[in-house]
Amino acid sequence: MRANLRRAARARTPDLLMVAMAGYVLLPFWWMIVAATKDNEALFASAPLWFSGRFSLWSNLAELLARDDGVFGTWIANTVLYSAVSGVGATAVSVCAGYAFAVLRFPFRRILFALLLGLVMIPGTALVLPTYLLLSKIGLTDTIWAVILPSLLNPFGVYLMRVYAEDAVPEEMLEAARIDGAGELRILRSIALPVMRPAVVTVLLFSVVATWNNFFLPLVMLSDSRLFPLTVGMNSWYRAAVTGTGGETLFNLVVVGSVVAVLPLVVAFGVLQRHWRSGLTAGSLRG
Amino acid sequence: MRIGAVPRAEARAGLLLVSPFAVLLAAFLLLPLAYALWMSLHRSTLVTGSVFAGADNYLQALRDPEFARGAGRVVLYGLVQTPILIGLALFAALVTDATVSRVSKMFRMAMFAPYAVPGVIGALMWGFLYSPSLGPLTGAAEAIGLGRPDFTGKDLVFASIVNVSTWQWVGYNMIVLYSALQAVPGDLCEAATIDGAGAVRIAVRIKTPMIRSAIVMATVFTVIGTLQLFVEPFMLQPFNPGTITDSYVPNLYAYSQAFSYQRYEYSAALSFALGAIVFVCSYAFLLVTRRRSVTR
Repeated sequence: MRANLRRAARARTPDLLMVAMAGYVLLPFWWMIVAATKDNEALFASAPLWFSGRFSLWSNLAELLARDDGVFGTWIANTVLYSAVSGVGATAVSVCAGYAFAVLRFPFRRILFALLLGLVMIPGTALVLPTYLLLSKIGLTDTIWAVILPSLLNPFGVYLMRVYAEDAVPEEMLEAARIDGAGELRILRSIALPVMRPAVVTVLLFSVVATWNNFFLPLVMLSDSRLFPLTVGMNSWYRAAVTGTGGETLFNLVVVGSVVAVLPLVVAFGVLQRHWRSGLTAGSLRG
Repeated sequence: MRIGAVPRAEARAGLLLVSPFAVLLAAFLLLPLAYALWMSLHRSTLVTGSVFAGADNYLQALRDPEFARGAGRVVLYGLVQTPILIGLALFAALVTDATVSRVSKMFRMAMFAPYAVPGVIGALMWGFLYSPSLGPLTGAAEAIGLGRPDFTGKDLVFASIVNVSTWQWVGYNMIVLYSALQAVPGDLCEAATIDGAGAVRIAVRIKTPMIRSAIVMATVFTVIGTLQLFVEPFMLQPFNPGTITDSYVPNLYAYSQAFSYQRYEYSAALSFALGAIVFVCSYAFLLVTRRRSVTR
């Protein structure tokens, strides 16, 4: 009897460990959701982890959208624009280059791919200041291109597409199509692209997320607040709130704005689970 | 046609398809690096304009105590953060891999959630959680008799930053390692179970060695990421600018030198100096792990 109990307790241990770790990870989310329903007064005056005072979520949202002539809406629109253009563009570039590396023979192929492998290791942050220096020389800073163009370069996406295309694109079908006289670009479009679709979705998802979450690049490149994406915009309000230079309290807006900024991606990841998983599997195999 | 000769159409298509990538690579990687390198070898003053200065900026960086402190801090941070992050991720991956239940599935979803949160927003949320007037942590510490700790103060700010990055990245690394664990053949573990090995023993002796290469890769990327530390100190800075100074970590130092003081040349030199540190550290790590696997 006692042995049974002990065995039962031991069987529960992994579950308890997982619940504890999940609790740690989810705590900030819970705090933020609760805080988004409070007005500025209740934010400071009430217990942080439970609802209190007037339910102010809707008034917070209304205030959020109205503040500074609706600049928050502009930030959302900018973020969507930057993520969509960079995401689609980076994916298209990755598909073309990855496919070429995988199945076509052309001059400089080896050296270009060797270069790519070395560059996968360079973190994006390390390139931001050099890119800023260069773009400011040609007067391209503080434009949307300063954010979009550097984001089109995604060495890891190219690598992923190459690995995937190598496995998925059937060699015999390529040969058959060539004998039938199909052009190389036509072969890519009608034979390779359909079988590469899962990897295309994965690269698209990761590129969109990378741009959506990007902060350092737009922070450095942009000074016009009408061009800010959400991350940089929220940072400016947050700093004004914490240092008090905003003159009034912005805390409730920063909180509710953060909820709005985070929500779409958390939902997207939940819905598109299958795709980010396959991307991460490939990620763990690299090297 | 000669065997081995590449058909011209294929070569042309290959070059065409790879050209957008090659152009981007040149424009946003090679060219910026070359230009920043060139700049870092110059110095400009109001009187003389930009003049060639050789290694002066680099020599100045080497003697700069602010840079040395920041670089030392970030290396220490890498040494502390990496084992915590990878250890915790591996632990979580092994636990969820060993259990088949609804809890286990929901656990993986929950752990991955912070990856979907922009780093800035994550750091900002923790900034609020650390705040004595807004967040629950100070009150919780007081309730269990720890006084009122100042999470962004001199003593705790380093640990606070470690916590934020752990929160942000543990789930991502867990999923990477969990994916690798999925490839471990099931009959291997079954055989061990029949031989009387417990779940913990299987996890430590069989599964962990089997995913060694995934662990090494996750560690390398973590090391590179930790040395680039910027967002967490940048976002906690407004709470305590006296402790988190503009030179707290090299990336913050390079940023403030460029944008607060317009010392672009020096900033470029600092960026390259940091790049050298990152290169040496990740290379050293790879060398160590490779040697160890050879001697085994």
